[in-house]
Amino acid sequence: MHDRTIAELTEGLKSKEFSSVEIVQNYLDKINASDLNAFITITTEMAIKQAQVADERIAKGNANILTGIPYAHKDIFCTSGVRTSAGSKMLDNFIAPYDATVSYKFNQAGLVMLGKTNMDEFAMGSSNESSFYGATRNPWNKNKVPGGSSGGSAAAVAARLAPFATGTDTGGSIRQPSSLCGVTGLKPTYGCVSRYGMIAYASSLDQAGPITQTAKDAALVLNVMAGFDEKDSTSAQRDVEDYTQSLNNSIKGLTIGLPKEFFSEGLDNNVASEIMAAVKEFEVLGASVKEISLPNSKYAIPTYYVVAPCECSSNLSRMDGVRFGHRCDKPKDLEDLYLRSRTEGFGEEVKRRIMIGSYALSSGYYDAYYLKAQKTRHLISNDFKKAFKEVDVIMGPVSPTTAFDLGSFKDPVSMYLADIYTLSANLAGLPGMSIPAGFSHNMPVGLQMIGDYWSESKLLNIAHQFQQVTEHHSQIPLKEVV
Amino acid sequence: MIDNTQLNQIAYLSKLSIDGDALNATIKDLNNILTLVEQLGEIDTDGIIPMAHPLHMTQRLREDKVTEDDKSKIFQSIAPKIDKQYYLVPTVIE
Repeated sequence: MHDRTIAELTEGLKSKEFSSVEIVQNYLDKINASDLNAFITITTEMAIKQAQVADERIAKGNANILTGIPYAHKDIFCTSGVRTSAGSKMLDNFIAPYDATVSYKFNQAGLVMLGKTNMDEFAMGSSNESSFYGATRNPWNKNKVPGGSSGGSAAAVAARLAPFATGTDTGGSIRQPSSLCGVTGLKPTYGCVSRYGMIAYASSLDQAGPITQTAKDAALVLNVMAGFDEKDSTSAQRDVEDYTQSLNNSIKGLTIGLPKEFFSEGLDNNVASEIMAAVKEFEVLGASVKEISLPNSKYAIPTYYVVAPCECSSNLSRMDGVRFGHRCDKPKDLEDLYLRSRTEGFGEEVKRRIMIGSYALSSGYYDAYYLKAQKTRHLISNDFKKAFKEVDVIMGPVSPTTAFDLGSFKDPVSMYLADIYTLSANLAGLPGMSIPAGFSHNMPVGLQMIGDYWSESKLLNIAHQFQQVTEHHSQIPLKEVV
Repeated sequence: MIDNTQLNQIAYLSKLSIDGDALNATIKDLNNILTLVEQLGEIDTDGIIPMAHPLHMTQRLREDKVTEDDKSKIFQSIAPKIDKQYYLVPTVIE
């Protein structure tokens, strides 16, 4: 049962092959038997209760398409009455007092939350190693990282500990772990999914999306997640789409752009050949390929590492030990309360990014760093605008290598460099996907697709067509199969 | 590049305390990050408008009326220290 897709599970629920309680119990057993450290909190009792309610809804005939389907929720989404830690000691004792809009929508749809997944602290990281709760292991090789920051979510789906999981993507945090764990991940256009109740890292970049086995499943989940929300001032006012509608469209005549900058120095040869083999598959399906250039994409790393830290230094100022979260013991005065609560509550990477942000925003440096980065961001965005006049979709690798060993990056900058292919889509606010494209030395390789604004349906269609003729997405890491 | 004095100033602005063994390592890490960021200096951005919003949207305004219920009790239930409806901090003025 555990290796079925959402689409298959909904069929089983409809035909009464099994109940939601049975599915949920099955996944909870698998989660409890797993040693991946993919979950920070397992919500057993709540899950069983939600599954019972879902079964009643199904019996009464007032179920939605996803009623009774279990999922794993990244621990960055507020879940009323359940600890929401964002992978930080700072929020280790934080019981969310309200639901994020995504959590609310899932509850309304009758989905069943299995637990909250592990993540890099406040979503700052590409390996899951900055989590206060310890790193999640990659189910394909437990000595390797699952990627980050949504590493727990991607590992959970890859190991079939949940049929799907939520993720958030500020600089690649859905796509990169999806790539490294061999699952399908979608980062929608900025403003597509509500950020209300999603603990903020860099508000102009953060966007939530689904991590699933297949593109079809991602479409089903996005149908619930997406939509205008008046509680999020950056939520886009658009008509609701049915993302499953164009899945079966032919992709004959599709023009694929391959940015030469995405295939340059630093890209592992095996990863490159898997990506090119996937592109060939698209040509067989009737697509044509064109080389393009995104000349400013090489500046995505320095731009991101100014914009994101600036926004995080502001966003994380709310963690002050006064209203919620960690508070130091016996503060001698107010300054001591702030200083010690934050120093004790935050991990090293979070502190680094806050300090870089404070520096870049401080008087005398603002123009040279923040303003300059915001201008460069415009240039990066203009590159895409130009490219999408010539091509329908951009393809390339998600990550320069497959999953790396735990503890292999001692220096923060060298890990930042691994985000080179994912950051520019966030800076421009564009939708992006990672889909399983093959294996190198038994580790998954993800193909990245970047589309124009609001082209989620198109991306899902392209991914679905690829998954109709390939088997990469249905591979399961053997050791995790119970 | 950041030195000892500047690090202390940044840490102060960030309401963080970095000391002892971590000091030198932090200076090194932050300077490595700043070296990476210095690449921005190579780009000609004359006449380019800073990108304030990925979709160039202006933020919506809403009517100035209360839309939420009073949830102060729930919010205060997770506060480290409260007294009646107040959040308690160490004495600021004697």
